[in-house]
Amino acid sequence: MYKTILRQFKQYKTAAILTPVWTAAEVVLGVLIPYVTASIIDKGINAGSMPNVYKYGLYMVGMAFLSLLFGILAGRFAAYSSTGIAANLRDAMYKNIQRFSFSDIDKYSTAGLVTRMTTDVSNIQNAVQMLLRVSFRAPLNLISSVVMCFFINPRLSLIFLVAIVILATLLTLIIMRASKLFQQIFRKYDTLNAVVQENVSAIRVVKAYVREHHELSKLDKAALSLFRLNIKAEAIMALNGPVMNLVVYGCIISLSWFGAHYIVEGSLTTGQLTSLFSYVMMVLQALMMLSMIFVQLTQSAASVKRIAQVIDEEPDMTEDDSPVENVKDGSIEFNNVCFSYKEGGDYALVDINLRIEAGQTIGIIGGTGSGKSTLGSLISRLYDVSKGSIKIGGVDVRRYSLNRLRNQVAVVLQNNTLFSGTVLDNLRWGKEDATEEECRQACISACADEFISTLPDGYNTVVEQGGANFSGGQKQRLCIARALLKSPKVLILDDSTSAVDTATDGKIRQTFAERIPGTTKIIISHRILSIQHADKIVVMDDGRVKGFDTHDNLLKTNDIYKDIYTMQTSGAEGDFDETK
Amino acid sequence: MRGPGQGHGPGFTPPAGKLKLSTVARLFGLILKDNKWRIAIVLLCILVSTLATLASTLFTKTLLDDYVVPMIGQAAPDYSPLAVALVKLAAVLIIGMGASYLHSIMTVYISQGTLKTLRHNLFEHMERLPLSYFDSRSYGDIMSVYTNDVDTLRQVIGQTIPRLFQSLVTIISTFVSMIVLSIPLSVISIVMAVIMYIVTRKLGTLSKRYFKKRQEMLGKVNGFIEEMVSGQRVVKVYCHEQKAIEQFSELNEELRKSVYNANKIGNIVMPVNGNLGNLGYVFIATAGAAIALSALTGWYFCGLNGSVLTLGTLVAFLTLHKNFTRPVTQISNEINSIVMASAGSDRVYDLMDQKEEINEGKVILEKTGDCQWCWKTPEGESIPLKGEVSLSDVDFSYVEGKQVLYDINLTAYPGQKIAFVGGTGAGKTTITNLINRFYEIQDGKIVYDGLDVRDIEKDSLRRSLGIVLQETHLFTGRIIDNIRYGRLDATDLECIEAAKLVCAHSFIKRLPFGYDTVISGDGGNLSQGERQLLAIARAAVAAPPVLILDEATSSIDTRTEKLIQKGMDELMKGRTTFVIAHRLSTILNADYIMVMDHGRIIERGKHNELLAQKGKYYELFTGNQIV
Repeated sequence: MYKTILRQFKQYKTAAILTPVWTAAEVVLGVLIPYVTASIIDKGINAGSMPNVYKYGLYMVGMAFLSLLFGILAGRFAAYSSTGIAANLRDAMYKNIQRFSFSDIDKYSTAGLVTRMTTDVSNIQNAVQMLLRVSFRAPLNLISSVVMCFFINPRLSLIFLVAIVILATLLTLIIMRASKLFQQIFRKYDTLNAVVQENVSAIRVVKAYVREHHELSKLDKAALSLFRLNIKAEAIMALNGPVMNLVVYGCIISLSWFGAHYIVEGSLTTGQLTSLFSYVMMVLQALMMLSMIFVQLTQSAASVKRIAQVIDEEPDMTEDDSPVENVKDGSIEFNNVCFSYKEGGDYALVDINLRIEAGQTIGIIGGTGSGKSTLGSLISRLYDVSKGSIKIGGVDVRRYSLNRLRNQVAVVLQNNTLFSGTVLDNLRWGKEDATEEECRQACISACADEFISTLPDGYNTVVEQGGANFSGGQKQRLCIARALLKSPKVLILDDSTSAVDTATDGKIRQTFAERIPGTTKIIISHRILSIQHADKIVVMDDGRVKGFDTHDNLLKTNDIYKDIYTMQTSGAEGDFDETK
Repeated sequence: MRGPGQGHGPGFTPPAGKLKLSTVARLFGLILKDNKWRIAIVLLCILVSTLATLASTLFTKTLLDDYVVPMIGQAAPDYSPLAVALVKLAAVLIIGMGASYLHSIMTVYISQGTLKTLRHNLFEHMERLPLSYFDSRSYGDIMSVYTNDVDTLRQVIGQTIPRLFQSLVTIISTFVSMIVLSIPLSVISIVMAVIMYIVTRKLGTLSKRYFKKRQEMLGKVNGFIEEMVSGQRVVKVYCHEQKAIEQFSELNEELRKSVYNANKIGNIVMPVNGNLGNLGYVFIATAGAAIALSALTGWYFCGLNGSVLTLGTLVAFLTLHKNFTRPVTQISNEINSIVMASAGSDRVYDLMDQKEEINEGKVILEKTGDCQWCWKTPEGESIPLKGEVSLSDVDFSYVEGKQVLYDINLTAYPGQKIAFVGGTGAGKTTITNLINRFYEIQDGKIVYDGLDVRDIEKDSLRRSLGIVLQETHLFTGRIIDNIRYGRLDATDLECIEAAKLVCAHSFIKRLPFGYDTVISGDGGNLSQGERQLLAIARAAVAAPPVLILDEATSSIDTRTEKLIQKGMDELMKGRTTFVIAHRLSTILNADYIMVMDHGRIIERGKHNELLAQKGKYYELFTGNQIV
């Protein structure tokens, strides 16, 4: 897991390795400085020698400058390598996401992927920078301070050892207790956020039923338990301070006591005692730093895991080694196709057998969860079948190169997306070098030209993120035009006219028949009106094909179809107006 | 957790944005309100613990000058005075330790308590805001006030402010001791501190440009990731992967450079200040040694108390110098983090300052019996509600200058069903939003049983209008609690009766724990149709005289569809109903059909009459445009 992350240092590896070197140099100098100070006091002041004062003062100035230099170098290199690895991590993830198949995307969810590329990467960047700068500094500081102490006075240094052991034990205990509580706190935060989240998204219900007070009491309950847990955890963390103080003060008092004895005996100088006081502080600060590093590491461990997962993910769809490039025609054949979204899970499609001729218009109808969208997504190999095979133009879809297949089998997805840029930019996703006239023609076919031409900037109108400045029906028509620009052999519309009013819906079907007669058109819909004129209609129910015939024949022979028809025309679903 | 915007090194925050004093002052006011005595304790504790630390520092001087040096060379040194002094010191230190612990605990109570109050106030206020507030903001923006912004405030309240105060106390107390010990050395120390402060500020200003650029790039890259990853399926369908990678790599490299530039400067601050401290140390040691050795005794070489600089004084002074300069850097950092947090408090108080819904109505509508609602006249007389609603000459616009409803006139007599049909943006939903006063009309009048809706107390108006929305929202909790949401004092039995009435009972019974099954807020474990049935049951348990229904358009499997239809029909029985209709059956059953187009009612009547008119309704119904 950590290996995956470390590998991403790549061109920043040298910088990452050099950072601790500079840090080490800085630390060594930092540790030597109190020693020199002791010399100033002992050899200069006590010996009454002003030249010695100057000499050691000069040493110290030189050392301070060197230490400054190394410090700046360490800072620069740390920034360079930590931002470098962050960039590489983002890059590696993004590149791998591009290789993801639909089922991989399903697995991670969009929000999950976005958090990984933003928050998680920042967490790691911070952790790396901190680790490079501090993690070496703290142990180095610790070790070199202890070494210096022993150098000055081994007997007094025993005090340090005792202090370190006591402090380390106490700090570990505190952190362990607290981190358990903090995990609970994170979960409580989720509860609290869920209350706000539900409230904001369901505000109409809340207001309609006058439940503001009820909601407030829910929030108060969550906030109160969060408050209690936080108090508990922070009270434990607050012990850090007194524990630190206890140890520091203990050291100072015992150093004073024993130090005084040694000075009087003549085995310690006053200068040495003052530098020992400095080292006490250094050692304890180093220990504090170590505990901070520990906290940071545990915090970023989750991020490391989540990022490594994405980078290491092997896309579950592979391409044929010598792929077929051209789709001959738009004929489609399903042979005993079974499909399940999860390996070993329930089948979403069972035993599908269909033959569709090139140029036909096929309707697919059925309730939610009947498998009609799944059926459509298998044709352009958005998912691989679990059993059986699908052939387009007589060739198994798995033998085509994915790019070619998807360019010639165009899908207009259910939740289609427009990207920021102009209308033209978006249309050209279908064909990169399309002229404006080509784009206009596609829009005319998709009945999109009628509203685009009324916009003040026409085809150069800027599409806001998510296409927020277009209505649902307009977006759908733009998406259809975008797909048409591919001049595909097969065109699959997955509920793509659900927000288009019936009149326009009919017009689009008409232009399809006139303008792209050779293209196989597959229309997935829950509206009888959208598909009843198709050459043949597939009736789906519970993952199975329950009928495959013309409208008239199905009305006579197929109960499910008849049911849907009567409900929509005389009963449940008139649905004759635009819907969102 | 740290947001994506914070990548700089430890202990350094660049100045960003402008400090808005008013919101910060309000935040302080909130903290002060409930915590006056706690704050007094904190201040006292900080003072005590700082003084204790100071005492321990000064003790090194006493140790050497008063105890150790005199004993040197004595044949039988008497250690007892030292022991007494050390015990005294220990006592002082333990008091200091207690004070510092008490201070931490108090700070936790203050910060967590303030946060709890803040969350409560925020939420309470938000609940009183009109619907337009929610409709005009993305749901993520509102959420981030509760998560990110409140979190930054937590840091300010819990860490920044106490640390700032502590730094100030340290600076003042050490400064006083330094002056007492030695005037010339204090001057050097102050000069060094000023230099450090200036350098930190300079570096801050220098980095500001880079940090701004970094923030910009972060926003850009995050936006790009958000958009592309959300549209990843489309990217794949259009084989856009290669191009997407190229675009991303470019942005990513730009981001890396800007973060590097910003962090580079951020990382310099620590070593620069540390070594400036070291330099000061050298200067003071040298100058001190020179003074001590030459035994200079002019008043300007002494301390404020006239004491001559001794070896012990020098040693103590050196430690004081360190304590003096450390908080200088810290103060400059803390001020910056307050500035950064002020953006968060601005957003928090922006929410708090939003105008509440108008609610000046006085008439109360009450449920008095099973299906009986009454309103009280000023004379105290109870008059039963019939459920007659009429709109006259209603004009409305969401945004000034963009009118969406024109001259709406209609009356629904008790028990009548009014169906609205028409295209998206025709204004169907808007009309229903006006009846229960989700939005306020600009012109005209809405009358409910002879009362202007503006004269009715808002909560009771809404209670008497049942509503089933197109999108079903449920709440995390048990099924029965979700039904009871319609009327909190409904008994279990009443909830089950309501579920039975609207045909929801059969599916609920099949759930693993029946009515006690816990569902999540997005109702993930229920089908869309089942969720709709629950929403209908919720309205049924409220049993209001007037209903507003927005039929769902998405198709569901035929069996549930039939159940929902039946449930809706049961619910509508005997109630005045406004329905935004998508199902033909609903439309056929309506007493009146209002055909809407561009904010006007253009046709009205029964199904057959409207068909005969061969107008817009005919066009919508048949799907044929009439030339």
